[in-house]
Amino acid sequence: MTAMVKAEGVHKSFGAVQVLKGIDLEVQTGEVFCLIGPSGSGKSTFLRCINHLEKINAGRLYVDGELVGYRQKGDKLYELKDSEVALQRRDIGMVFQRFNLFPHMTALENVMEAPVQVKGTNKAQAKERARELLDRVGLADKAGNYPSQLSGGQQQRVAIARALAMDPKLMLFDEPTSALDPELVGDVLDVMRDLAESGMTMVVVTHEMGFAREVGDSLVFMDGGVVVESGDPREVLTNPQHERTQAFLSKVL
Amino acid sequence: MTDKFDKVPADPDPSADAVSKTGGDIPPEAMKAIPVRHYGRWISAVVVLALLALLINAFATAKKIQWNAVGEYVFDSTVLAGAGRTLLISVLAMIMGVVLGVILAVMRMSKNPVTSSVAWFYIWIFRGTPVYVQLLIWFNLALVFETLNLGPIYKDEMVQVMTPFMAALLGLGLNEAAYMAEICRAGLMAVDEGQTEAAHALGMSHGKTLRRIVIPQAMRVIVPPTGNEFINMLKTSSLVYVVTYNELLRATSTIGSTSYAVMEMLFVACIWYLVMTSVFSVFQYYLERRYARGSLRQLPPTPWQKVKANMLGMGRERGAGA
Repeated sequence: MTAMVKAEGVHKSFGAVQVLKGIDLEVQTGEVFCLIGPSGSGKSTFLRCINHLEKINAGRLYVDGELVGYRQKGDKLYELKDSEVALQRRDIGMVFQRFNLFPHMTALENVMEAPVQVKGTNKAQAKERARELLDRVGLADKAGNYPSQLSGGQQQRVAIARALAMDPKLMLFDEPTSALDPELVGDVLDVMRDLAESGMTMVVVTHEMGFAREVGDSLVFMDGGVVVESGDPREVLTNPQHERTQAFLSKVL
Repeated sequence: MTDKFDKVPADPDPSADAVSKTGGDIPPEAMKAIPVRHYGRWISAVVVLALLALLINAFATAKKIQWNAVGEYVFDSTVLAGAGRTLLISVLAMIMGVVLGVILAVMRMSKNPVTSSVAWFYIWIFRGTPVYVQLLIWFNLALVFETLNLGPIYKDEMVQVMTPFMAALLGLGLNEAAYMAEICRAGLMAVDEGQTEAAHALGMSHGKTLRRIVIPQAMRVIVPPTGNEFINMLKTSSLVYVVTYNELLRATSTIGSTSYAVMEMLFVACIWYLVMTSVFSVFQYYLERRYARGSLRQLPPTPWQKVKANMLGMGRERGAGA
């Protein structure tokens, strides 16, 4: 097994505030990797560093063996051009807490947009694939609806289909169910479970402990910008070793 | 807005509609109550109508106004040519304003401090001085620069270059650019940052993100004030009277002063300004409707749909006793 994501001493600060204070971790290909922790612990920031939406200040971050956002030549590091960063991001799908669907496009157009505009797929092909993907997330009948005409859970499932349309090798989920009404969470988690079963490598920032326990292959508990505890989700969630993990879990479980 | 539209009855029979609304079990008997009388509404309506009648009467019976002259000159060829020039200069100045405005807005938002300051300075100058003065400055440019010398490309006497048309175009267009720049900037900034992030996360370049994702959404914010700007432009263009460009106001005034029908010709000008602004308002309505796609759950009705809905709704309102 090779590491899909490899972080070595990743640091990130916003101005004077240090959000990530040296993260070391590895996400294996094909596994579902859950990140949990209190808000402000840096888990979302770390996720955003993986596709270079945030620039890291120190350390190294690799996706599929390739350095993210930089190129190393000898002992010198070069920043990548915007177009090169865009090329790296093609292979990394991302799902946001607030969906961020394009409101001026229908569900189908949202899913078609990136393949057509970024990969140059022809429209008929992209449309057919988009219909397949919408069907896969259970929204075949909503293809012609605009995001404002969909519920939160439906929007998030369209967002997942949109990310999948680029055939990513890695999917990032940033608290995908946190903005949803409780009764809509299940539909989104079902789609994610299916995706996990199909062998997709997933990094999931979540507060859904049930999902982490059931679907997760590894789990990391972060607090204050560092990894506090990691391991098998069932192990960590039922028998946390660290005091801070115990305190956090006693509040959320 | 949606409410109003929802009221459009699927079938014209109001009593049948009432049944379906209650869920379809046993229809309850319609409420029989004596409606509240709004005496105040009746009184204010009468007062307003009376005042309006007095005003119309004053104009209609004024002996010194030759109404037949108004009718005579409305379709006069000089007047029509003037109206045509008003439209031409407004459209050209607006195009200039939009193109330059977009460039200025992008410059202003650029991370490069030099370009953003230059754009700021331009907007400061052109928004901070009256357009009337700007028109005069362009018109009189030959007083200080006798020749226009663009090196090997172009060289001519300034008087030849700065015709009334050019002075009018530059005066209106460059002024408009400053306003359009601010409108465009506001529109671009109104688009949620998550949209840019989502597009970038999908691997879209900066340019594509701007073109495909940000600008279409910014248009919703940009179009309404731009329409207002154009309507303003149609009217502001009357100021180019001062640079002797023969637009609608100048055309009508010239006739007015020679035929001793000064007021009448001003009325003629008003008629054409109203026609132009009204026609454009309708066009703007449809434009805004188009860019509202996706942001409203239901598009607002077109004027025609509204008329139809009102006609059907009228009987219903009365039937309900409102």
